Amino acid sequence: MKEGSIDFRLNGKDIKYDGSPLKRLLDVLREDFELTGPKEGCGEGECGACSVFMDGKLVNSCMVPMGSVVGREITTIEAFSETEKGKCLVDAFADAGAVQCGFCTPGMVMASEKVLEQNANPEMDEIRRGLSGNLCRCTGYDMIVDAVKLAAKRGKGLW
Amino acid sequence: MSQKISASVRRKDAVDKAKGAMEYLADLFPVSPLHGRFFYSTIPRGRIKSVELPDLAEGYHIFGAKDVPGKNGIQMVQDDWPVFAEKEIRFIGQIIFLIVGADKAEILRIRDAIRVEYEEETPCYSLEDSEALYGGVQHGDDNIFTQFEVNHGDAASLFEKADRILENDYYTGYQEHVYLEPQSLFAHWENDSIVIHASSQCPFYIRHSITGVLGLPEENIRVIQTPTGGAFGGKEHFPDVLACPLGVAVYHLKQPISLILDRKEDLAFSVKRHPSATHIRTALDKNGNILAMDIDQRLDGGAYESCSMVVLQRAVFTATNVYNFPHVHVQGRAFCTNKVPSDAFRGFGAPQAVFAMECHMNFLAFELGMDPLEIREPYLLVQGDKTVTDGRIHETVILPELTERILEMSDYKRKLEAYKTEPCKGIGFSYFLHGCGFTGSGEQDLIKARIRIVKTTDDLVRVSASNVEMGQGLITTFCKIASETLGISLDRVQYMTPDTGDVPDSGPTVASRSITIVGYLVKKGCEKLKEQWKSGEEQTIFQDYVPSSYTVPWDNVALTGDAYPAYSWGANVVEIEVDPITFEIETKGIWGTYDVGVPIDRRIVEGQIQGGMIQALGYSNLEKLEVKDGRYRQATLADYMIPTSMDFPPMECDVLDNPYDYGPFGAKGVGEMVFNGGAPAFTAAVCQAVDAEIDEIPVLPETLMELKDEGR
Repeated sequence: MKEGSIDFRLNGKDIKYDGSPLKRLLDVLREDFELTGPKEGCGEGECGACSVFMDGKLVNSCMVPMGSVVGREITTIEAFSETEKGKCLVDAFADAGAVQCGFCTPGMVMASEKVLEQNANPEMDEIRRGLSGNLCRCTGYDMIVDAVKLAAKRGKGLW
Repeated sequence: MSQKISASVRRKDAVDKAKGAMEYLADLFPVSPLHGRFFYSTIPRGRIKSVELPDLAEGYHIFGAKDVPGKNGIQMVQDDWPVFAEKEIRFIGQIIFLIVGADKAEILRIRDAIRVEYEEETPCYSLEDSEALYGGVQHGDDNIFTQFEVNHGDAASLFEKADRILENDYYTGYQEHVYLEPQSLFAHWENDSIVIHASSQCPFYIRHSITGVLGLPEENIRVIQTPTGGAFGGKEHFPDVLACPLGVAVYHLKQPISLILDRKEDLAFSVKRHPSATHIRTALDKNGNILAMDIDQRLDGGAYESCSMVVLQRAVFTATNVYNFPHVHVQGRAFCTNKVPSDAFRGFGAPQAVFAMECHMNFLAFELGMDPLEIREPYLLVQGDKTVTDGRIHETVILPELTERILEMSDYKRKLEAYKTEPCKGIGFSYFLHGCGFTGSGEQDLIKARIRIVKTTDDLVRVSASNVEMGQGLITTFCKIASETLGISLDRVQYMTPDTGDVPDSGPTVASRSITIVGYLVKKGCEKLKEQWKSGEEQTIFQDYVPSSYTVPWDNVALTGDAYPAYSWGANVVEIEVDPITFEIETKGIWGTYDVGVPIDRRIVEGQIQGGMIQALGYSNLEKLEVKDGRYRQATLADYMIPTSMDFPPMECDVLDNPYDYGPFGAKGVGEMVFNGGAPAFTAAVCQAVDAEIDEIPVLPETLMELKDEGR
């Protein structure tokens, strides 16, 4: 693939990217577009702190080379948190005590959206399964699960 | 009856963090002109024979021991850990060079082209090897970094009168912090000073560590804390180890450099929790009463001393846990081995001590045919009792209330009885405590905490101290203390960024001291401000450390007096089930009851409880970290497994009020105590399920399989 040929959509805007197709999506988001909501926790697809949506699917942006972003729609926490669903989840995280150090939280919010998209009223086990790709070292997860339940309760009709 | 202050509020930092708007170090400086990367030693012990450095393109640099302008030793408790290894190598992963340049790929090329030839020596990896001076002595004349001995009563003579002596050994493994944000620093030069931005618990520690290295006065070193994505002790001293070489590079280049470890590097070479081995001997009379105990603790300190001395102190002073045994002898030693240095980790020696004592109480109960709670009950500390260091328990001890509540919540007694006949099921109980604040007279003589409160002409209140927000909720709790004391709304109080160039030194963010010690100063300072409040005028208040009036004075040589001004207390119950085929352990229930004085914010305290407990269960069950030929075998988060949302069920907890006179609104420390009881409760549950004695964590399926093979 030649350089300069990567067209994709980022947070609702058309983007022409001129850099290397081998560069990681996470680095491009952070360095070229100053979207620092996705964090680098491990760089090997284990922790989920860099989670973004690619064509609506939850992906670890540290594992995505720019070459595979051609023609895709990328959404980061910056854009998602401005949507109604995003605002509802952010508020629920804040009110349920789901945020401590906060480094995993943007990724957790993104993963939570996918849980609620699957089922607007998820059971605890579904929530835990849906978040199991995102590591948190502070909370022990209970209040994150509470946050998803709280969002489901408050966001009637959103999902 | 819950206090008003305990009512939960929305954390001040929650929305920014959830939206991805909070800027951590890597976000503040996403594009740095220069990057740093280390070249690490690849042998565990030996000497550097020769070094071959590649030719460097313009703008690329290699810094090593010869570039240190001052002393090549990082000033922590001691300064034995060199900034850059010069000749001697003591562990795999020791920093030999820092490579600096603009392009990360070129830096890696340079790193891979560096050739170091070593003269290898025989490494020693275990406590036994270190004690036997295997491969020759490497620290002092006995490989012991530090040792403490405590004599409480006259244990020796009681052992002579004993009817029966029971003894056993207890072992705990390594643990890696896995703060989600890796170690991150950024430094630059400004007006004859070095400015270091760091994800850190202790900005003043970094400044202290580097002054002698650069030979600069303290006022020419400024350290600014950046929002810290988890720490758990891992950002207490280890940022010093990174800041010193980074400082050397900035000192020479006078250009901005960022230094962010990748996760593999962080896992492989950052400090870990001290592994421990504890031998406990107990003298009993003919009725099974405990006459005396002899406790021998050994900690694996790794290659350099770092803060092993302080960790060992806490282990020694916590050796008898929540019990009043009249005659106790404790010996603690921290040994030098050829591995990554061990350092601070939530609990700081206490989890190792509590694990050993709680397992030992269960062992005694088993040997004497007693119930685990029945054997403990007569020895529980009460107000006025002497501690192991002949200090006093000044507070009311509410262990009976905590016990009653947790038994009710967990249905422990019924289950304990039922699982005696139901195979593969078990339930375990533990007691624990944690001393609040620095050990001994540290707060009064060493730290001398000071804070500043400024009221602006707009009547906004700004609290300045050096304690950091690292996830535990400090910004919110400090502001709550101020707002509640002043009777103003929470949004009119602001906590300022800890910056050594601005804030007073209120000490490090460690030792469960932030709320107890510094939070109390926030309260006292705000009381003063309230008295003097003049609307529309700028006012500044300084508040210095206030010692408790009823302390038994600390003697640092004899190790007698109050080791801690107060304690936080708790009880845990864990219920598990073991799969008879795979030996996997499934946790079915987790309970905890706690005395933290008065919670400053109930939800924040519960967040600490839940997070601390799950971290402790990871330590007990999942987080295997083994050393093979001087390297950790678990190299990534795929094989060093911290708990996910699927590994443990939700936890049920309760916090009972027991106000402390010298804590803000009666509050005591929370952050570490909540870790201390997880491992012994979990282990006791597994012991019941498999009907065997287990004295070591982590408890893994393979451990249980071996027990079965041995027919135990």
